[in-house]
Amino acid sequence: MDIIVCIKRVPQTAEAEVTIDSSGKDIEKDRLSFDINESDSYALEEAVILKEKFGGTITVISVGYQDTEDTLRIALAKGADNAIRVKAEDFEHIDGYKTSQILKSVIEKESYDLIFAGCIATDDAYSQVGVTLAELLNIPHASLVINIDTSENRADVNRELEEGLMGHLDISLPALFTIQTGINEPRYASLIAIRRAAKKEIKVIGQEEINKDNLLLNTEIEELFIPPKTKEVEILTGSPAESASKLAEIFKEKGLI
Amino acid sequence: MSDIFVLIEHRQGKIRDISFELLNCGRKLAEKTNSNLTALLLGYNTENFVEKIKSQAHRILVINSEVFKDFNSESYQIALSEILKKETPFITLIGHTACGMDLCPALATQMEFPFTTDCLDVDVVENKVKVTRQMYDGKLNAKLIIRENPSYLFTLRAGNFPSEESSLKTEIINIKSSVTEPDYRKFVEYIEAVAGDVDITKSDIVIGIGRGIKEQENLSMIEEFADNIGGVVACSRPIVDADWLPKDRQVGSSGKTIKPKLYIAIGISGAFQHITGMKGAETIIAINKDPNAPIFNEADYGIVDDLFKVVPVLKEKVMELK
Repeated sequence: MDIIVCIKRVPQTAEAEVTIDSSGKDIEKDRLSFDINESDSYALEEAVILKEKFGGTITVISVGYQDTEDTLRIALAKGADNAIRVKAEDFEHIDGYKTSQILKSVIEKESYDLIFAGCIATDDAYSQVGVTLAELLNIPHASLVINIDTSENRADVNRELEEGLMGHLDISLPALFTIQTGINEPRYASLIAIRRAAKKEIKVIGQEEINKDNLLLNTEIEELFIPPKTKEVEILTGSPAESASKLAEIFKEKGLI
Repeated sequence: MSDIFVLIEHRQGKIRDISFELLNCGRKLAEKTNSNLTALLLGYNTENFVEKIKSQAHRILVINSEVFKDFNSESYQIALSEILKKETPFITLIGHTACGMDLCPALATQMEFPFTTDCLDVDVVENKVKVTRQMYDGKLNAKLIIRENPSYLFTLRAGNFPSEESSLKTEIINIKSSVTEPDYRKFVEYIEAVAGDVDITKSDIVIGIGRGIKEQENLSMIEEFADNIGGVVACSRPIVDADWLPKDRQVGSSGKTIKPKLYIAIGISGAFQHITGMKGAETIIAINKDPNAPIFNEADYGIVDDLFKVVPVLKEKVMELK
């Protein structure tokens, strides 16, 4: 079973302070750490699990700058066989739709049974690259996949819906699934595997192989801004002991304890 | 200028709340662009649904067929692409839900419509279409200009256009459809959530924990605090993904919606999926070291500090005052 996994290197912003840069259209990236997008790491793990079961190869693909090769190498260390970087620097502005078109022009030359992508990127948060790519490649898809049970030419998948409900689908292969976090437990790469992966070749593809005149951009960022406050929060100040005491008093006043 | 369209979403025989938000947003856009609002309703035994949304749109286009009893984005795509080709609406709105995320990018790509997902607002300014959406874990908003085209498709996030009364005169148009479910993607069944030992929707006090808790072993500190204050421990998605708590403790759009008297969010940054599940709480407390965490936009009281320093003291003080 040959599987292609689309991954993205993203700034880790969940726990970090995010500030807007001088252009007003991007963020300051200097002090942020970068890593594989969270749901992409589950997508990669799911591919490795299927490879261990059925054999075959895993190819990881990313549209990114030079430092994306570090992320691709970690993927190689975790069990991917081939890695492809499409040079983001060749394509100026890139949004979700353009990424899908670029990925399509690379992937249509590859052979595959399955394509996995994360269900959402934590930076631009579109949830659209995977499903768009499936449509461009003219293969069936399922998004937000939380369980996969596959045979040679069909797959039973569960999609995560709202309120704890799941939807069970029966899909013919080749197909594309966008993977939801929690589907598995992503492994860590061993030091030996990381060392071995450092020597592997990463295929780099640029504009000479992808006709960029045909690529469309759906969106252009006009401005970034801090979300307006919807509610006035009262921040309890002081040392941890002081603020905690104030809070306990509030609980008492409100009759909550 | 042509119409505004919205797609009505339903599941297990019920219209989903997002449909009324889409209708509200759609009416506002129709007013602004001096056009009409059309609701698209694909379902089975649709009379009941029509009754619920009547007077909320100028037209309802109905396909009543067993194929559309349960959502399958591929069947929807076949039917909707036929309708959109014929009707060429200006803007079509779909919910940013599990259904919308599965359908919109594929449908828009097939139709060659510019599209954007997870919009908080859609606006038309001097014939330019602009949307507002969130990026970077909800820490920033972005205003985007969309590529010019006669037709657009957007998914709208829940929570920004609460349902409103409306008394439009509604024309109901039934459309015949020969769409069958494609063999390459078949809907099999719904799988209901498994109930666990604790029902977090029944407790007056809920302590929610998130990524900030760092290690599984730190859970015991929170559990002790919950016992002392008489509450239960719930969590945001990363805690369930890591298997530290079962799925039935997850608060958010894919988990539970809770409305306790007191919700204390500890080390939760406040992704919108989580906010959806807890914003109905009477009093909301946020304890987080990042002053810009979106959770503080929803909280009544906040402490910007290290949770590992705050929670032990808070536990003691609560014990003293109890």
